[in-house]
Amino acid sequence: MSLATALILLPLLGAALLAALPRVAPLLNIAISAGSLVLALLLLAGPLPQGEGWLRADALSVSLVVLAGIVGLGTAVFSWQDIRDEGFDTARTRFYHAAFQGFMATHFLALLSDNLGIMWVAIEAGTLACVLMVGLHRTPAAIEAAWKFFILCGFGIALALFGIIVLALAAAPHLPHGDLRLSATALREIAPLAEPGLLNLAFVFLLVGFGTKAGLVPLHSWLPDAHAEGPTPIAAVLSGLLLNSAMLGILRGEAIVAAHPGSWAPGGFLIGMGLASLLLAGVTLWRRRDAKRLFGWSSIEHMGIAAIAFGVGGPAGNMAGILHLWGHSLLKSAAFFAIGRAARLKGGQRMDQIGGLARSHPALGWGLVLVMAGLAGLPPASLFASEWMLAAALGREAPWLLLPYVAGLLVAALALLHAMQRLCLGPATPDVAPGPAGWATLGPIWCNLVLAVILAIALPAPLRALLRDAAQVLG
Amino acid sequence: MTGPGDIAYDVAHLLGGAMLLVGFVMLGQRRIGALIAALAAQGVLLALAAFWQGHVQAAPQLYLTGLIALLAKGIAIPLVLHRLAGELPPPLRTEAPGRMGAGLVLGVGLVGLAMLVVVPATTGAGALARVDLSMALSILLLGALMMVTRRSALAHVAGLLTIENGLILAAVGVAGMPLVVELSAGGLVLVVALIAGVFARQMRERFASLDPGVLDRHRGEGR
Repeated sequence: MSLATALILLPLLGAALLAALPRVAPLLNIAISAGSLVLALLLLAGPLPQGEGWLRADALSVSLVVLAGIVGLGTAVFSWQDIRDEGFDTARTRFYHAAFQGFMATHFLALLSDNLGIMWVAIEAGTLACVLMVGLHRTPAAIEAAWKFFILCGFGIALALFGIIVLALAAAPHLPHGDLRLSATALREIAPLAEPGLLNLAFVFLLVGFGTKAGLVPLHSWLPDAHAEGPTPIAAVLSGLLLNSAMLGILRGEAIVAAHPGSWAPGGFLIGMGLASLLLAGVTLWRRRDAKRLFGWSSIEHMGIAAIAFGVGGPAGNMAGILHLWGHSLLKSAAFFAIGRAARLKGGQRMDQIGGLARSHPALGWGLVLVMAGLAGLPPASLFASEWMLAAALGREAPWLLLPYVAGLLVAALALLHAMQRLCLGPATPDVAPGPAGWATLGPIWCNLVLAVILAIALPAPLRALLRDAAQVLG
Repeated sequence: MTGPGDIAYDVAHLLGGAMLLVGFVMLGQRRIGALIAALAAQGVLLALAAFWQGHVQAAPQLYLTGLIALLAKGIAIPLVLHRLAGELPPPLRTEAPGRMGAGLVLGVGLVGLAMLVVVPATTGAGALARVDLSMALSILLLGALMMVTRRSALAHVAGLLTIENGLILAAVGVAGMPLVVELSAGGLVLVVALIAGVFARQMRERFASLDPGVLDRHRGEGR
């Protein structure tokens, strides 16, 4: 059994075990997530690319797998305290932990799958697990958010499958073996021979379909509600993981379509949707009154920035995009951990209920200050580096895009800093519930923060090589 | 299968066309019970289309796809939806008249759009693939339209399942789609229907309604 297969099977078997053993589920959940991270790191240490049947680990997928391992472990540790404080009954505790590891298994499968059909199935299955977890509170608002998530993403993912079917049709004359017609590697090799009209048609559907799941404007409206109404750990994995697998789906499609010299240049579409996401989110961030929705909109902004980076392409643009996905996943999951705990302490997630966190809970509050500063693109966290790399790439490739890009960044950054001041630095609002942030909350926040800083200023050589190779995979 | 006049082409065309027609029937149907019956008919037609493609392409796995479509979409899911609809008080089993006519006109427009999008893009593909894809896209768009114009959560689920029917029609038309994808897609449809059923039940118990519009007041930050 290969490492990639083990990485998928471990959380899958773990899910079954967690459903059977609810009493030890929080601890077991952490152990399974730690095991997954170890397997992901072993995958990184091995030779690349490695293939086995429908699975194929290249630098791009392995970089996202390692990231998923880190965010997954952080979320499992955070769940230790947070899910206990949710006060779920045994059935819901059982369901939450099993669905969490089930989601992790589908996420690893989506990232490691070379077969686009399997990738689609994995993303759809992961989405369904998340839909159920978003609706776990069973409040009217949670049902509304889960229903919208379900319907919009169900429609989006259907469009993506249509795009994949069109790709298989384009490949049919050139690939006699059925399974190969959905292999991203094989499709990319024969793309120059395929009918360009079919490739263009496929890309439009893939972009709109996976773009819905990635939270790109105009099909983003499910995202803020789903982040706000589910249990906090789910918001962390939605932003930190699900959006990445959807973006990978777009990138696989882009690489195939771009391999044909006569097809439309897919980069322009990505830049268009990315800029629209950045600008709309930048303006909307100013009007948020709910802290979790604020971070949901911030995810739309950052996926927009990543889409612009991948649209610009080339070694610099792709490197900026991958680095941005890493920085965003680490910081956004940390932001949700912090705001989730704060909302529990202050008795609500409205921004007027949470204030002066740095004064009342210094470790939590200052963690959130630094995380929000990082999300606003301030140094030393890595989003600063990726945003500047992208600005430099834009200056070389498309200088006329610099103005809207920088304007979007500034508007969004100022909105986040303004919110950070209200949440963390103003007068402290009273705590309404006990349960200060313990190690299970502070540990993941500060670990992710330190990792985001290391990513920017002292990237270890193997990781640097991996990210560079991942950028090359995209061409 | 080359083009009109060839039995393989004509039967595939007929079955796809019948599915599209049933899509229009669903779009104009106010009674939830009749809507679910039409959905079942579309599932049976999809199964027949898969059987036919299995025969024409000499691809035995398509018989399995057809069997799943028949059991899941032709029988099991409609039965579950029918049961859910049966639990509703009679006034909720019929939707208020209103946007049906406009929906049908829009549906015709969407079919035209699907033709306009697919036909120029597929000049290099065979005639059957071209027609098959444009019909599948038309069914998919009709499903989406149903989700936009209808008010009942059950109609939204029927719209989502119509979209899935369009997708499977497109997939069986492409020779050599891996079986595992079709099987998983079939399995996921069952899960989708199950989840939709769970939410629909929660919605009915909590709000005594199946109109997702009642959820709007719980939406965003306006509440």
